[in-house]
Amino acid sequence: MNVDAILPVVFLVVMGLALLIYVVLDGYDLGVGLLMPRGNADEKDMMIATIGPFWDANETWLVLGVGILLIAFPKAHGVVLTALYLPVAVMLIGLILRGVAFDFRVKARDRHQPLWDRAFVAGSGLAAVSQGWMLGHYVTGLASGWQYHVFAGAIALALPAAYVLLGACWLILKTEGELQARAVQWAGIAWLPVVVGMGLISVVTPLVSPTVRGRWFSMPEFIALLPIPLMTLTALVTLRAMLGTERVRGSLCWLPFTLVVTVFVLGFLGLAYSLYPYVVMDRLTIWQAASSPAALKVILVGVAISVPAIAAYTVFAYRVFRGKAGQLRYA
Amino acid sequence: MDAVLLARAQFAANMSFHILFPTISIALGWMLLFFRWRWLRTHAEAWLAAYRFWTKVFALTFALGVVSGITMSFQFGTNWPGFMERVGNVAGPLLGYEVLTAFFLEASFLGIMLFGHGRVSERLHFISTALVAAGTTLSAFWILCLDSWMQTPVGYEIRDGVFHVTSWLEILTNPSFPYRFTHMMLASAITVCFLLAGISAWQLLRGVANVSTPRVLRVGLTLAAVLVPVQVVVGDLHGLNTLAHQPQKIAAMEGIWHTERGVPLLLFAWPDEKARTNRYAIGIPRAGSLILAHDPHGELKGLNEFPGAHPPVAPVFFAFRAMVGMGVLMLLSSWWGWWTLRRRRHDAAALPRPLLRVLAAMTFSGWIATLAGWYVTEIGRQPFVVQGLVRTADVASDVPSAMIATTLALYIALYLVLVTAYVAVVTYMAGKPVDEPPQTPQSSTAVAAVAAAGSTP
Repeated sequence: MNVDAILPVVFLVVMGLALLIYVVLDGYDLGVGLLMPRGNADEKDMMIATIGPFWDANETWLVLGVGILLIAFPKAHGVVLTALYLPVAVMLIGLILRGVAFDFRVKARDRHQPLWDRAFVAGSGLAAVSQGWMLGHYVTGLASGWQYHVFAGAIALALPAAYVLLGACWLILKTEGELQARAVQWAGIAWLPVVVGMGLISVVTPLVSPTVRGRWFSMPEFIALLPIPLMTLTALVTLRAMLGTERVRGSLCWLPFTLVVTVFVLGFLGLAYSLYPYVVMDRLTIWQAASSPAALKVILVGVAISVPAIAAYTVFAYRVFRGKAGQLRYA
Repeated sequence: MDAVLLARAQFAANMSFHILFPTISIALGWMLLFFRWRWLRTHAEAWLAAYRFWTKVFALTFALGVVSGITMSFQFGTNWPGFMERVGNVAGPLLGYEVLTAFFLEASFLGIMLFGHGRVSERLHFISTALVAAGTTLSAFWILCLDSWMQTPVGYEIRDGVFHVTSWLEILTNPSFPYRFTHMMLASAITVCFLLAGISAWQLLRGVANVSTPRVLRVGLTLAAVLVPVQVVVGDLHGLNTLAHQPQKIAAMEGIWHTERGVPLLLFAWPDEKARTNRYAIGIPRAGSLILAHDPHGELKGLNEFPGAHPPVAPVFFAFRAMVGMGVLMLLSSWWGWWTLRRRRHDAAALPRPLLRVLAAMTFSGWIATLAGWYVTEIGRQPFVVQGLVRTADVASDVPSAMIATTLALYIALYLVLVTAYVAVVTYMAGKPVDEPPQTPQSSTAVAAVAAAGSTP
């Protein structure tokens, strides 16, 4: 394989990582948004405070992921976004509502605050549901037909549940006392739908796609791949068991979040293995969809220099705000 | 309505909404850095109060800019799938560098800038503020580079209908880029000047001024009085550059149908595209040639030289007049304000009420001028998406009209609500008493104020 043929693979990896990081990072803050109605006034403020310094940057990973789809795989960008025109619009409206409500709720008149809180929850919900719907359609190759809509509908419910689980575990990590105790309960409630959703995606994808079936259910690949579902299952079961213990609210408060992130990463690896080398399942490979090698090289230079820098200052920003969330005050 | 026009309307709605916020945040970022620097140097409470209030406006503005910017990254694919397929090799890297070098920088350090006080050193906080400001400017650099390239494409070759780059240096220094970038940076600065002056004037009028108000008013007014004339000169140079590279755009801006010498400067007219003439024209004889060719008898090309390849005339013609008209108002009001300020020994609190009313009315004048300017340049490029090379209609998606119309209506409704809310909330915040500085901590148990982000007194 020469350099020109490797470039699309490199960009697929970068795009995949950007989207994975997006799903994890924005996943927890969308999850917190979905949990908002369950908190009282003080808890709402605290929940918002845990995501305050981060959400702007979290969303930027979506722009990077979609940006790489746009600039490295322009044909796929057109195909995917034209097919998902409506859910994309819904997601964008959701993200807009969520993002602005975040800032408006503390700056507008007090009597308008409940309104912006509702916009925050509604925005988080719209974004999460439409992302699930898009994921459902994407993994089935954007095929049309009622059975695909049913499948996408199921994922549209499962992904928000996963976000809620992630958000609840984020709250376990970042808060204390009463709110933390309630976050443990919320995580418990979200756990089952997530397990069902992940099971569904694992069963249905091979059923509808011969490509995926061939990939997973042939020897010796099946044995080699077995760790992915097994580790996912272990992580989920450990998480469930963790939630019943006392230490989850003390020294091990970081573990639930880590476990859910592990589940997300494993799920991502499974999906990536199913799809590769297609950027649109069974229709468009990364080489068919890629920009010219010359353009990719130019972007690669930028990626090679800036992505490590971005990673470094993202870590730095999280370190600055590490530990339990405190009062958010403008400097 | 046909799908292409709907797609354009939707893209325009998204772009128009988006640009409102970067226009403020680009210059406001630097302004905050200035306030912070003045405070660190002088330790005058007024500068800190100014920083604290305008940081909140910045946070709100930035949030709106981020979310509407995300929309943009999707709209290329949803509305113009052909665009990236044709010119992706040029546009891709420019957009990519924008996200990689600018978007992340600003978004990541924003958290530290807004909420990092007490968690990082004053020095690091200052650096974070500087990085956010630099990020917004760098972002504008890449985006305007791409937009300028679409207006004045260079450094490419076309193979099988797909653009390939022959020289990045040529693309990064494409002919209209220096003018457009300077013009837009000044537009941002002037927009912020009038925002600062206008909100401060409003505070004085309503009797809700705080210790920072006169200072902010003075900064805004003085800077506006300096920058507006500079913008007039830069705008003129930009116009000459457009005349050299996109004469059909100038012809539409000036309503010139036939190529002629000694063209009048039209103050008002009703361009009639069917009859290919202007109705009710009122103009200054020869002034058009004088301004554009710097010669009263200079020849200017007319629209009829570009059959089927010139922009729709009326929107460009009127948008240009809206921009220039707003510019004239800005020039008059800033100079009047600055002159009066000198006469009142730089005491902004002593400015006469009529002047304050005018400034308050001009608070968002920068938005109108900036939007009008963008309409001139972007509609002025039609019917092409890349001037002279790629037609907009050829890169449009085949999404059904009904779907575009529905989402367009949704977007517009949402945007109207949000712009109204933005203006209302900025005004509301301006009417509230100033917060106490963070040095006097609140009770740590006041969880209610946890996320109130400094808005509770």
